[in-house]
Amino acid sequence: MSDTAMSAPADLAPARAPLDQDWRKVVNYGLVLGLALVFISLTGMPDGLNSRVIVEPWLSMGYLSLMWLPFAIGFAVTHEQVLEGMVQHKRGARELVAGAVVGLIGGLCLSLLVYLLDTRDLSDPLVNWNQPLLDFLTRDGSVGEGVLLWVGVSTALGLFGGLMRIVPALGSRLVRAVILTVVGAAAMEALIDDLSEGVWKLEGVVEWLYHPREGLEPAGAIALAIAAAFVVLWLGRQLKKGGAVYNLAREAQPLAVNAVSVVAVAAAAILLPIFLGRLTNDLLVNVGLFVLLALGLNIVVGLAGILDLGYVAFYAVGGYSVAILTSPTSPGISPTLPFWLAIFIVVGMATLAGLFIGAPVIRMRGDYLAIVTLGFGEIIRLTVRSDWASGLTGGAQGMLSIPGPDLNIGGWTLPLVGWTMPKLEVDLMGTNPQHILYVVMFFVAIAIYVSWRLENSRIGRAWMAVREDESVAEAMGINTVTAKLQAFVVGAILASFAGAVFAAKVGSIFESSFKILVSIVILVIVIVGGMGRIAGVVAGAFVLVGILGGPNQPGLMAEFSEYKLLIYGALLVWMMLKRPEGLIPNVRRSRELHQEEFLQDAWLRGEVDRDEAGSEATTDEGWAPA
Amino acid sequence: MSGERLLDIKSLSVTFGGLNALHDLDFHVDKGEIVSVIGPNGAGKTTFFNMISGMVTPTSGDIVYRGDSLLGLDPNQVTARGIARTFQNVRLFANMTILENVMVAQHCRTKVGVFGSLLNTRSFRREEEEIREYGKEVLGFFGSRLVGYRLDQTASVLSYANRRRLEIARAMATKPEIILLDEPVAGMNPKETEELTGLIGKLRSEWGFTIVMIEHDMKVVRDVSDRVVVLDHGETIAQGSYETVSNDPGVIEAYLGRPIEGNAS
Amino acid sequence: MTAAIRQRARPRTAVDRFLTFLRFALTALVVFGLFAFLVQQFVGPDNPLTRFLNEDANRLDWDAFRGLLVSGLSQGSMYGLIALGYSMVYGVLGFINFAHGEVFMVGAMTGLITSNKLFEAGVWDDAFPVAILIAVLVSTICATLTAVLMERIAYRPLRGAPRLIPLITSIGVSFFIQNTSALLLGPGAKRYPLLPQWLRDDRGPTWLRIGGQKILVIVVAAAAMAALWYLVERTKTGKAMRAVAEDKEIASLMGIDVDRTIVTTFAIGGAMAGIAGILWGILFGSVTEFTGFLPGIKAFSAAVVGGIGNLGGAMAGGLTLGGSESLAPQLILEPLGVTGHTQLKDAVAFLVLIYVLLVRPTGLFGERLSAEDRA
Repeated sequence: MSDTAMSAPADLAPARAPLDQDWRKVVNYGLVLGLALVFISLTGMPDGLNSRVIVEPWLSMGYLSLMWLPFAIGFAVTHEQVLEGMVQHKRGARELVAGAVVGLIGGLCLSLLVYLLDTRDLSDPLVNWNQPLLDFLTRDGSVGEGVLLWVGVSTALGLFGGLMRIVPALGSRLVRAVILTVVGAAAMEALIDDLSEGVWKLEGVVEWLYHPREGLEPAGAIALAIAAAFVVLWLGRQLKKGGAVYNLAREAQPLAVNAVSVVAVAAAAILLPIFLGRLTNDLLVNVGLFVLLALGLNIVVGLAGILDLGYVAFYAVGGYSVAILTSPTSPGISPTLPFWLAIFIVVGMATLAGLFIGAPVIRMRGDYLAIVTLGFGEIIRLTVRSDWASGLTGGAQGMLSIPGPDLNIGGWTLPLVGWTMPKLEVDLMGTNPQHILYVVMFFVAIAIYVSWRLENSRIGRAWMAVREDESVAEAMGINTVTAKLQAFVVGAILASFAGAVFAAKVGSIFESSFKILVSIVILVIVIVGGMGRIAGVVAGAFVLVGILGGPNQPGLMAEFSEYKLLIYGALLVWMMLKRPEGLIPNVRRSRELHQEEFLQDAWLRGEVDRDEAGSEATTDEGWAPA
Repeated sequence: MSGERLLDIKSLSVTFGGLNALHDLDFHVDKGEIVSVIGPNGAGKTTFFNMISGMVTPTSGDIVYRGDSLLGLDPNQVTARGIARTFQNVRLFANMTILENVMVAQHCRTKVGVFGSLLNTRSFRREEEEIREYGKEVLGFFGSRLVGYRLDQTASVLSYANRRRLEIARAMATKPEIILLDEPVAGMNPKETEELTGLIGKLRSEWGFTIVMIEHDMKVVRDVSDRVVVLDHGETIAQGSYETVSNDPGVIEAYLGRPIEGNAS
Repeated sequence: MTAAIRQRARPRTAVDRFLTFLRFALTALVVFGLFAFLVQQFVGPDNPLTRFLNEDANRLDWDAFRGLLVSGLSQGSMYGLIALGYSMVYGVLGFINFAHGEVFMVGAMTGLITSNKLFEAGVWDDAFPVAILIAVLVSTICATLTAVLMERIAYRPLRGAPRLIPLITSIGVSFFIQNTSALLLGPGAKRYPLLPQWLRDDRGPTWLRIGGQKILVIVVAAAAMAALWYLVERTKTGKAMRAVAEDKEIASLMGIDVDRTIVTTFAIGGAMAGIAGILWGILFGSVTEFTGFLPGIKAFSAAVVGGIGNLGGAMAGGLTLGGSESLAPQLILEPLGVTGHTQLKDAVAFLVLIYVLLVRPTGLFGERLSAEDRA
């Protein structure tokens, strides 16, 4: 969390006086904080999320949804970008004051809201302007108490945010670890509960940690906090050593180490569903489908740089193809093939769809392409829904009775030896989420493999070149039309896998599952996870769809269902403004994007006192967000 | 230098919205030559390169390479035929590594497709190895600057001069016969310029490329070119050795009194 | 950078051939559909062609046709107003403001809130012209504010970024505004108060009887368009806008405050969308948080159809799109025997966009882009 600084610590100028502030900036940030607090209160999030308890009875998600703001903005206001050549000051009381003042202003704004809630009625048009909100904000006390509470809490949290600048890096790491562990444990309670069920001793520990109704016990929370601190402070060094050993081993014997890691991950993946109960398995299936979809879109958007907003069309192609081919009640054609045979035809359909949609858009400008692909997605959905096509697709009523991905292996007799293989009947009907999860993992594994192999291949490099600069890519001998179509088709095939499994799992299919919203959620996952980076995309799917929820399904924290879209929208904007590289940055998109602007601004402000001739990193064609 | 005629351009013209950017241009290059194209700004030099590389379609005239017309070809087809180019304002693939930049340039010389990559076939692995080695070889042309630990750094970290070098390396990696260099030394300091001048000569003597170069730095032009072509207002106004051209009154007039001899400004 | 102008004289690759086939197929579809319609309409439903294609054919009577045409034009004029914002922003900044449709929705929503308040206060029924004026004012101001805020917070920091980044940002902004509306004001449809009867009455000669509110919509849209034309062509601000749209760098060298001009562009585009919003509310009587999404995309298509950056083209594109999506199902799809043709209205709108981009990518009236965005 420290500033980007390239000069040695010895060069630090003395800390500035506590009252030597950029007051305009502080007041601005304070007002923004106030606005944000009021806004969040009025969206109903605090009250709605109040039912989700983090630590019973101290902290609920509702209060957390407000309290993170003064902390974050108090931290943000004290941010200073320092680059080579700039004067860097030591941090001190100045940061605390800035944070505290920001918190104070924010708290006052929220207090104003509390006062108004009590005295005026704006419930038309603001639907959350009601007594429960007031009670929440005042903790069932009086208005005065509410004001004191928020002014105090907000100021304290703002100060705490500023404090993060002063403590050594270890301190902020500590705080981060503790918060993540406690909140994470509370968020994933259902998952952890499920995992530990029946597991000797672990179940007892888990029961002790959590409150019978919901949330962590105070003692449990403290225990987790201590454990997290322990890991950071003492284990941290051991972990780093371990990491170094791992890296060395990797360099010495790359094949062996990689094989071992893959086997380890695979073993974990295979064993996991066995330990999980039905609901969590169901959730993971959902997450898995979105991982699959995101990996596919990652190839189109992340590698090749084509913004396909109609990606959901390929998802639909997969689903409807399976429905038509396998369901005995599908109108029109009904060959009633087994799932695993139909999959091959689905691949063919997806290829055709990818070519059909790709060809017209391949030569268009990037933004036109986005809208046209969105249009294609809608055309397909509307056509599938219409009465006209209902003879084939079931129209608005959809299709039912789609059999699951049953698989029967074995029972064959080897001729010469005369030995009959045992029959392995794996009933993978939608009734058993565990088996479905294995099917999903199978396809996800394929997707990861495909992404990984193509990324480091001739076609992957061609895609990246097209993404970077299409005309130059062409000048380097790449047939961009072919390359882009290939990206489209690979992405389409992966999406159709997801659609196929989705149809087989649910047992029915309706056009309402394929709205534009789905394309955009997948896009959010790809971008937040880091464009082009497989691990990031997978992590993004887990965090977003797994915890907050997907377009049509709730996540681990079902309370977020109404608010998740708002959060996704905000996340997308924030990602683009602050870190176009994504959460787990692709190694390729590096910090270089950010540096130049600040150096220039600082020079203009007179904060550069040495005449640096310029480092290696002079970007004459670079761009960075302001 | 009398080698076979590689590139023959006849009566090339192009008009952009009423403006005659190139007008009846004749031009030729023989194998092994280093030809410089000079002229005041706006003379149409980069447009000329854009037409050879297929990014702009001429309104009339013909571009013949080894007996076949290049008209109507896409840029990637022109490169595949054997003509590579660099860009005036360096256009690297900034988010790809240095090695990847020269690997991807070999795209049209390699053929493994999606299936080979997916199945990790022997031909895939062999080809990848070849691409990698050749990429390193090309980068090695510039000494130790672009090799070693540099290989896996993104191109965006390079200094300006190194970017220009990578730009040239990338063009080399497409295994062309002719390289079109668009202002290769622009923005370099005298030492870097001198070094690159030597390298341009080596491009011909050690690697066998034929070079067509747009340049403003007359010292470079003088030191390295076999022949100089002067463009002004889309037409050839003089052609010949550096001495002939620099003393041509029409050329002097085109530059309007700026000294041809000495350093560029 | 270098313009990559390449004209292919004849189709050469498989993709080119496919595209030519597509163009031909779509054109043939349109022509044949119209032909079948004419046959059905003027020869009568009892002929071999119609019986083959469309068994339940009925003659389209004038009332129905007029109804379709008028609703198409009134919706089209609103698409046109919204399209102006897209076109202006694209002409100046070179990216699609995906969230512009939400600006329209904000106009509709705030207009609704105002109207309902005025209704409760009795002003709506007693002094409707005053009430509607206030509502229009409020919705326009709110929409303009939204657009200006959007530019300041989300787009200004991204000035100069590769084109896709502001587009993705605008998708995020769009989502954010939609859900803000749903959360702050409550999800679901909200209704405008009923328009006074005298407005809703049909007017005009017998062959052209239109509901009063539709006349109001068309008139207001035309007035807004005229005001915009005056602003852009005749005032200094308009000249600055045109200059910045042409070439930002040179404009700033000429002493024009580029930032201020861009804000003005957003503001005016937002105002137009706000007016369209309240007109939409008057026409359809209800608004939800999703009201802006589809019209927004269609309006962008209209801007492309008319020629991006071209303001007259935006309006023309809007009318074309509105008319097409209203009439095509009845005039082309139905005679061809497509059941449920009215459901495909939205699909038609997108098909029009695709068709225009295939056949005449610069739009009906040609693009007007800035120097850096061309090619």
